[in-house]
Amino acid sequence: MPQHDVLVIGAGLAGQRAALAAAEQGASVGIISKVHPVRSHSNAAQGGINAALDPQDSWESHAFDTVKGSDYLGDQDAIEIMCREAPSELLTLEHLGVTFHRDGTGHLGKRAFGGASAARTYYVADITGQAILHVLYEQLMRHEEVTRYEEWFSTALVQDDDGRTAGVVTRNIRDGAMELFAAKAVILATGGNGQIYDPTTNALICTGDGIAMAYRIGAPLMDMEMIQYHPTTLAGLGLLITEGARGEGAHLYNAQGERFMEKYAPNKMELASRDVVSRAEQTEINEGRGFPDGTVALDITVVPRKRIHEALREIVNVGRDFAGVDITREPIHIKPGNHYVMGGVKTDVHGQTPIPGLYAAGECACVSVHGGNRLGANSLLDTLVFGRRSGEHAAKSVHNMNMPDPSRSSLQDEEKLIRSIVERDGTGRRVSELKAELGKAMDKHVAVFRDEAGLDAALEIVQRLKDEARDVAIDDKGTVFNQDVLGALELQFMLDNAEAIVISALERKESRGAQFRTDYPDRNDDQWLKHINVSANGAEPELFYSPVTMTQWEPQERTY
Amino acid sequence: MADFKLKIRRFDPESGEPAYWADYDVELPPERSVLDGILQVKDREDASIAIRCSCRAAICGSCGVRINGRSALACNTRIGEAAERGRDGFITVEPMGNMPVVKDLVTDMEAVHWKKVRRVVPWLVPAEEPPEGQEYIVPAEAMLDVTQAMACIHCGVCVSACLSMEVDPEFVGPAALAKAYRFVGDPRDGEHETRLRDLAEDPHGLYDCTHCFQCVEVCPKDVAPMNQIMRLRRRATDDYGIKDVNNGYGHEKAFVGLIEKYGTLFEAQLLPRSFGDGSLVKGQLSPSGAKQLTRELPTAIRGVRAGKVSPKKALLHPKLPDQKQVRRIFNEIESQGERIELNLYIVGEMAEGEEGA
Repeated sequence: MPQHDVLVIGAGLAGQRAALAAAEQGASVGIISKVHPVRSHSNAAQGGINAALDPQDSWESHAFDTVKGSDYLGDQDAIEIMCREAPSELLTLEHLGVTFHRDGTGHLGKRAFGGASAARTYYVADITGQAILHVLYEQLMRHEEVTRYEEWFSTALVQDDDGRTAGVVTRNIRDGAMELFAAKAVILATGGNGQIYDPTTNALICTGDGIAMAYRIGAPLMDMEMIQYHPTTLAGLGLLITEGARGEGAHLYNAQGERFMEKYAPNKMELASRDVVSRAEQTEINEGRGFPDGTVALDITVVPRKRIHEALREIVNVGRDFAGVDITREPIHIKPGNHYVMGGVKTDVHGQTPIPGLYAAGECACVSVHGGNRLGANSLLDTLVFGRRSGEHAAKSVHNMNMPDPSRSSLQDEEKLIRSIVERDGTGRRVSELKAELGKAMDKHVAVFRDEAGLDAALEIVQRLKDEARDVAIDDKGTVFNQDVLGALELQFMLDNAEAIVISALERKESRGAQFRTDYPDRNDDQWLKHINVSANGAEPELFYSPVTMTQWEPQERTY
Repeated sequence: MADFKLKIRRFDPESGEPAYWADYDVELPPERSVLDGILQVKDREDASIAIRCSCRAAICGSCGVRINGRSALACNTRIGEAAERGRDGFITVEPMGNMPVVKDLVTDMEAVHWKKVRRVVPWLVPAEEPPEGQEYIVPAEAMLDVTQAMACIHCGVCVSACLSMEVDPEFVGPAALAKAYRFVGDPRDGEHETRLRDLAEDPHGLYDCTHCFQCVEVCPKDVAPMNQIMRLRRRATDDYGIKDVNNGYGHEKAFVGLIEKYGTLFEAQLLPRSFGDGSLVKGQLSPSGAKQLTRELPTAIRGVRAGKVSPKKALLHPKLPDQKQVRRIFNEIESQGERIELNLYIVGEMAEGEEGA
């Protein structure tokens, strides 16, 4: 049985940062990932990372923007930590070798981003996430004391008799072997769950595995109703056009040629918070001022062409390859699309979940620094700051602890489950069918605008799909690289995520951040300035509330 | 919506059977990707087809395959265009080359690509301690320049297409060498000369590339690995004067010298001059040069016998009629004071009235 002081699940930015931090504390570290680490979805974070590094800027300003962006649902103690630690985290990355853009004096250069009162987004062209991910992987290769388990799929968390996290059951994708890992602490860094929506900007691997695994052992999920729709995604495919485009000055127009953000956010215009811009676009589309393909136009041609090629190169490629549009010459049609889950496994500011020995960081976690709406370029920051904090805290706290001895029965249970999936006769529906039905339902009912009838319909569908998912048909009976059986497991993870989202969205009877209820169109601080938590204790999910931590910013009306 | 025919190379290591071709029909708009086609087959017909894929947007680098024999990412190859290039109406999809196949379209990148990446010491070795409380101050151009190599997504498509690696599996290869340039071009790194010397001395290193341009053509991210290799060579020779055992230094000097003098390559002189760091006399007089030249004699004789070269053609090489123009180009470039590197990361043409980069 492989044993590690700290076991990290997921090798995107949060996971790799956690692993490095834990290793620097002297812990023996294992990092498990269902894909090779550089395939992680952190790659897709194009625009940059926020930090109040400029002496003219201040962490308080960054924190206030984040609090306001969150529609006052973010926990202010956590937001303060994130914004205070941002500059040093950014410099650490630079010192490790990230090729951040420089200004004419050789200092770090920055760009403007949505919802921010100052330009404080540092970037590498529009491959910021990729560049950081690859540099962290360079460091991971250098740290030989970190054992990498690349292409291992985690199926279940294991607890000891006292309820402490003791390890995880995994499947080696390469040969199908099941393995039980023992660990003194487990850090979940498994990313988001966008695949429960169709379309989504998220990669096929974003199936909410860690969120579901934690949910299943009773860890509360918080703010799950807060699902971000990104304002600029390609219709149909859902591919992302970075907010950096608007940061560089691009405009939004409806089909009548109106720069409609004037109506919705006269001060910040295209650079209002994402929830605001997405709602504005969807309103234009719903009221018949969009294009026939259900989109509005993003006009990047106002940005000088050299600047586009220097700073927005990736989306030149995306436009050319995936939409057949030369963005330097013509507007591109876009619409709001599923992008990010603000909610996740509830943690404290050290990344600890209420389950002893279990940590979570990055998109799968909810600290909560994003509250009702995440600001662009705060996600990379979140992964890095709280990834590091989790790694450090986990390594320190297990220093004098004995290695747990997780029961092999959990391994046998998972082996049995997988065998039952592989050996079934194939009478059920296909994984792809269930997934498609889920994705359409979520995008229809749990999107930019929601109401009770739609959410009820979504819940009914999700619950039916959960039943059907138990006997989906499987084509692949083999052990080597059996993606079919992994797909069946991922589908069950996704359905747990979907259930938590819909239940929480039904519960919150107000409009705040990404949750806009047409039947409750106003923010209601008296009743709903609190977090909604959901936990699966046994079979039926239970809801409870937790307070929002306020430090120095009282809720105000939110305008941009 | 249109109908397409996919011919996918299947291989199941557990079956004991050799790899085989299987045909599938898909229905998609032609602007969708070959990956979308494969996923449709998986979704509707046979979910046992193995292919790594994730982002669908040429960012994660998972879905490298060969489509109609050409290495590419399945997600940014349009299915309609692939069909036009296919034979007998079929789009063939097979696993990448130069790497062992694990199952179907999945190759063992760890055994080849990542091993080679680790060969080049793939992390920054800082020249000096990081400045306290601030970033390293480096030129903006230098960061943009290495960002071209940083744009590599490690999809392995160039490794799959590399002709040198086909001949010499030990070749460090295009992706790993581009990764090396990411450090050699980075002013913050303190090991430029060590890195260059190491890769120049390695018989499978810097000078194992044969300029076939395959990696430049297939790279989905415009990393242009071969160009990065050439830049490593220029740094090794011009900046550090590294004279390697592979004689790459002398070869480059000889090549450039001959073009400057004749306008086209004078092949009979290339070898002797290569052994003399560009000088014809020195190459023939130096003991090692003479020895190697003698060793190459049989090749020359075989060439004459086969009628590929005649002694007259080989020994007399006319200058180009407008040789002056070639020399003019040399003068123009050499008068610049510093070496001009085309920054290929910014590929866009300039707009009217816009200043040059």
